[in-house]
Amino acid sequence: MSKRSRDRILNRLHAAVKQVSSPAAAASGLPFEKLGRDEKIDKLKGFMEAVRTEVHVVEAQNWIEPLKGILKKREIKTLLYAPQTTIGDTLQKHWPGEDENDGLPELVTYEGHIENFKDQLFHTDAAITSTLGGIAETGAIILWPDKKEPRSMSLVPPVHIAVLDADKIFNTLGEVMQAQNWPEKMPTNAVLISGPSKTADIELILAFGVHGPKELIVFILS
Amino acid sequence: MANNIEFDFTQNVSRALKDKQLRKNFKFAMGNFILKRQQIFPDKNETERLRESGNAIKKRALNKLPRLLEQLEEKCTRNGIQVHWAETTAEANQHVLRIMKAHRATRLVKGKSMVSEEMGLNEFLDQNGIEATETDLGEFIIQLNNEKPSHIIVPAIHKNKKQIAQIFHKMIPDTPYTEDVEALNAIARKTLRQKFFDAQVGLSGVNMAVAETGTLCLVENEGNGRMCTTVPPVHIAVMGLEKMVEKLTDVPPLLRLLTGSATGQLITTYVNMITSPRKNDEKDGPKEVHLIILDNGRSEILADPELRQTLQCIRCGTCLNHCPVYTRIGGHAYGFVYPGPIGKILNPQVEGLKKAGILATASSLCEACAEVCPVKIPIPQLLRRLRNESYSSEPSCTVKECGCQHNLIDSLVWKGWEMINTHPRFNAIGHKIMGVMGSKIPPLGPLKLWNRYRILPKFARKSLHQLVEEQGVENE
Repeated sequence: MSKRSRDRILNRLHAAVKQVSSPAAAASGLPFEKLGRDEKIDKLKGFMEAVRTEVHVVEAQNWIEPLKGILKKREIKTLLYAPQTTIGDTLQKHWPGEDENDGLPELVTYEGHIENFKDQLFHTDAAITSTLGGIAETGAIILWPDKKEPRSMSLVPPVHIAVLDADKIFNTLGEVMQAQNWPEKMPTNAVLISGPSKTADIELILAFGVHGPKELIVFILS
Repeated sequence: MANNIEFDFTQNVSRALKDKQLRKNFKFAMGNFILKRQQIFPDKNETERLRESGNAIKKRALNKLPRLLEQLEEKCTRNGIQVHWAETTAEANQHVLRIMKAHRATRLVKGKSMVSEEMGLNEFLDQNGIEATETDLGEFIIQLNNEKPSHIIVPAIHKNKKQIAQIFHKMIPDTPYTEDVEALNAIARKTLRQKFFDAQVGLSGVNMAVAETGTLCLVENEGNGRMCTTVPPVHIAVMGLEKMVEKLTDVPPLLRLLTGSATGQLITTYVNMITSPRKNDEKDGPKEVHLIILDNGRSEILADPELRQTLQCIRCGTCLNHCPVYTRIGGHAYGFVYPGPIGKILNPQVEGLKKAGILATASSLCEACAEVCPVKIPIPQLLRRLRNESYSSEPSCTVKECGCQHNLIDSLVWKGWEMINTHPRFNAIGHKIMGVMGSKIPPLGPLKLWNRYRILPKFARKSLHQLVEEQGVENE
């Protein structure tokens, strides 16, 4: 059924484009301002804060202590993280043992596939992930989830913490696509995130945390 | 596309105009959207450049549409996404049902998709014993109340929070009445989290499909779209075949136009790009991804050089927001899935002029929609074309059921008008007659209708020609 429909549809389309062709101007790449490193940080921070992201600019080695403060303040009980990543290693190194944890959440890892882990995933308080980079023009972080950092980590727990290297903030989405040669190597899922989940479906009143994370916290390592 | 068995547009319009609450809701919301769009596109020249670019990208994609679709199919298949083609909405529904049955699935969660509305998917699945749950907050609200979306982007915008509070209280078990928006939100979150958890299949639309990489782009704020495409083991995406773009680098400008025009945002909370199902070593994401490509009349629209511009549409809804007619009558009055200016040009072409041609008459041709359209669809020009096609007697007319309004009286009247305005002698006689009789024509038939809201012009006793002849012209 589908094959015949496919051929009929494509035949109609081929006939249609043979008949007429609309003159289309060549789309020029959009001009953008090339910003300096600090300007990019400021711009990304400003835009993301405007949509209620909590952004902390910290020194590269110095995100663990502020993170601990944030987790304690929110009384987060479980933090999902990915071992064998730079973030994971740093966390493990700086996390106290269970008996001396001092109000810090328990570190949990993504065990097995989502089918087995789903129940726990839906009851985890927070997750921390790395990022591929950031976009200054619109304010967004880029995630390319992989086998170590599954995509549901940045989606299901109510708090998502992301770590962003300041050197990987690009001016625009177009720039990062070209610089990193995205067309040649798109992953299973790539996602841009600008803030916590939100909606304005009731009387256009903005409300946060409708389906995805209620909070997004970004550490920019400068 | 139609769920309008007894569609009486005139009656719908007068009913909507009398509904004060509805008019208030729409006036507030549309005014707000217009303002937000202005703020996000402050520089007129830059906006114009961006729109030119959007127009060029979509035109280029339409010129190559069959090849791009073939390329998409090839890339998707290579990446592990299964592609299905549907000529009609019925066929698209069957594809969904077949996939559901193959997995013995009875529970589906849905992200927002206008194509699924076009398919009447929820009703179809319901008849086949499958529970389809809308998860976008606005869609969820209207599904609970058994209604259709009244806006492409904010489907429940015709409801205020009091009405929503009542719907939640009545339809969701153990839910107290509350008008607090945060609380209503929390109720939806709690209810739908369980649905995401339990769902066997997730369904979504597609904002852009990239031929170059076989990537499906989904744009959203709530995270329900990501939920539907991440948590259940099977993901079905449905798209109209016009959603193609050629290259990945075509995405950024269109994305900017889409989010800016739709909600006045620089970017949405999430831009989700899906290129394959879960790979062997990955821990989550659907194991199967299906893409259903729907035609439903679109391939015929492509054959007409003027009307094909309809297919440039990226469904941002900004033409609705800026339309003086839509703002006053709301989305439901149009009686078809796609309301407002875009609906007025799309529905008549898909459904035929007999059934939907009247939609094209609901416009003052004020050009507001054409001025804001992010891909520069000349909507008023296409409206005039559709009006002409309705009354056409030319064998060369192309739209489905063209000429359906053609009638002898109209033809004679216009023939007469043409003669009076092209032959000087008829023109002089005509003016004389109208000068004497014009003000005495009894208001009957169409004139009576026309007169209801308008004042009939007073005809001068002497025509301009006559006056010039009598008085001469200074500085001739």
